[in-house]
Amino acid sequence: MRVREAILAHVEAIRGSKGNALPPLTDDLALLDSGLDSLSIAVLVTRLEDALGIDPFTDSALTSPPVTLGEFIGVYERVAQPH
Amino acid sequence: MNASLSRIKSAWSTPEYLASRDRQLWSREAGIRICDLAAATSLGGRASELAGRSVLLVAHDQLAAALALIELDGVAGRIVVCPPDVGNKHLGSIIETAAVNAVVSDGHSPDVSGAGHIPHVICNTSLVPIEAEPQGEATTEWILLSSGTSSGMPKLVVHTLASLIAPVRSSPDPGPLVVWGTFYDIRRYGGLQIFLRAILGKGSMVLSSAEESVADHLTRLREHAVTHLSGTPSHWRRLLMSSGAGVIAPRYIRLSGEIADQPILDTLQATYPESVVGHAFASTEAGVAFEVNDGVAGFPAHFLGQRGSVEMKVVDQSLRIRSDRTALRYLGDQNGEIADRDGFVDTGDIVEHRGNRYHFLGRRNGVVNIGGMKVHPEEIEAIINSHPRVAVSVVKPRRNPILGAVVSAEVVLKPEQSDAPSASGKIEEEILNLCRQALPPHKVPATLHLVPALDIADAGKIVRHNA
Repeated sequence: MRVREAILAHVEAIRGSKGNALPPLTDDLALLDSGLDSLSIAVLVTRLEDALGIDPFTDSALTSPPVTLGEFIGVYERVAQPH
Repeated sequence: MNASLSRIKSAWSTPEYLASRDRQLWSREAGIRICDLAAATSLGGRASELAGRSVLLVAHDQLAAALALIELDGVAGRIVVCPPDVGNKHLGSIIETAAVNAVVSDGHSPDVSGAGHIPHVICNTSLVPIEAEPQGEATTEWILLSSGTSSGMPKLVVHTLASLIAPVRSSPDPGPLVVWGTFYDIRRYGGLQIFLRAILGKGSMVLSSAEESVADHLTRLREHAVTHLSGTPSHWRRLLMSSGAGVIAPRYIRLSGEIADQPILDTLQATYPESVVGHAFASTEAGVAFEVNDGVAGFPAHFLGQRGSVEMKVVDQSLRIRSDRTALRYLGDQNGEIADRDGFVDTGDIVEHRGNRYHFLGRRNGVVNIGGMKVHPEEIEAIINSHPRVAVSVVKPRRNPILGAVVSAEVVLKPEQSDAPSASGKIEEEILNLCRQALPPHKVPATLHLVPALDIADAGKIVRHNA
């Protein structure tokens, strides 16, 4: 759960600096509908690299980019805990 | 005789053009039939008042700006094409440098009072038929705003219609019934290229809108059956993160404005298997240098040294370009020359020869390209250093899978005895808030770290390059 919590905390921190009414963070929420634009997502990925020590997008994850928040978290969880 | 847009458009009602009477320019709110522009005005019939003048074009609405450009080319002496995010902070300098003596806006204009009492014409998207419209024969200067200097002040780059539309060797024939779309604003070089291709190449065009979500933009692109779609690699990555990417089926996908790496080219080809995926090199100063349509990153080494309409060479690792498409000059005397004595423009883009291709490595001078927008780290450092506790800072690019790069800041604080370790989080937030107030969002550091000291190179300069 550490990865999920870290991601949600960083998403909220980035959304919080915008101050609009925002939808609750659920797994099926589309990332681009969550109050994050592509610049915010870029910032999120950078901060997560510092916080978690991983950037799962550097290699090939872009071949099927995550659309929902749940998919985004899944990409990180797979890299953080390889089977 | 000069071919100006105001002259060319008078032919759009002739039988040859009426055969394609469905050609349109679409914004989010409106659609304009291109043939209707032949004998109509979007400026209330006041274009002739602007003859020979230096016109500042500041419109919120891209379509209104597009119609004004068509009507004023050949009539105005100069059109300063302001992108939507030009700040009030720099508008006064722009007005002064470009000797602006008329304003065209759609009523949402920023403060132009610095220009004094000058004609102010309203542009809009409702056309009024007009009997005798001025068909200008003047060579109008198009002033485009380039990404500027370390002070944040944009450079004013002089083009003409001729330099904007000179043919490029490797440009593919777009084929019939072309509907162009772009994620760019048409007030930027990359978007303007697509706009001019659409209106001069017998196509239609779907204009973007800054207020629109990716999903809504995609819906409009599908409704108008877009065939040719252009944007930066960052625009395309954003599109791929949208659930609606599959609703469009463009024949031609074009990337420009940033390094197009192999993963984004491959991903787009996999997502749109029927499309030609091409990438172009262009900059506001150097113009369009080439388009590559083989789906491979970089460009063929044999492009260098060829004679013809575009000549390219590499000196000191950076790409130099000489062509009919390069800008004429900068306005203002602080910006130096655009081209060297032989007419070559130094793009500042560093290339490396690998195998039979050249690949782009990044920018000289530490300029960072964030999603197609060039950023000078010094501008950001100046804001950070304005915090009273900051001793020195360095802003560096950091590779980013979404936007190509973001900026990160390292900050050294002045020693202060009462500084408890727990206070550092607050200072970081204070510095970031300073940046948020003073800078557009893409220039606010993605991360900010307090460090005990900065690396200093032998020459005494702060080390900017990331390992």
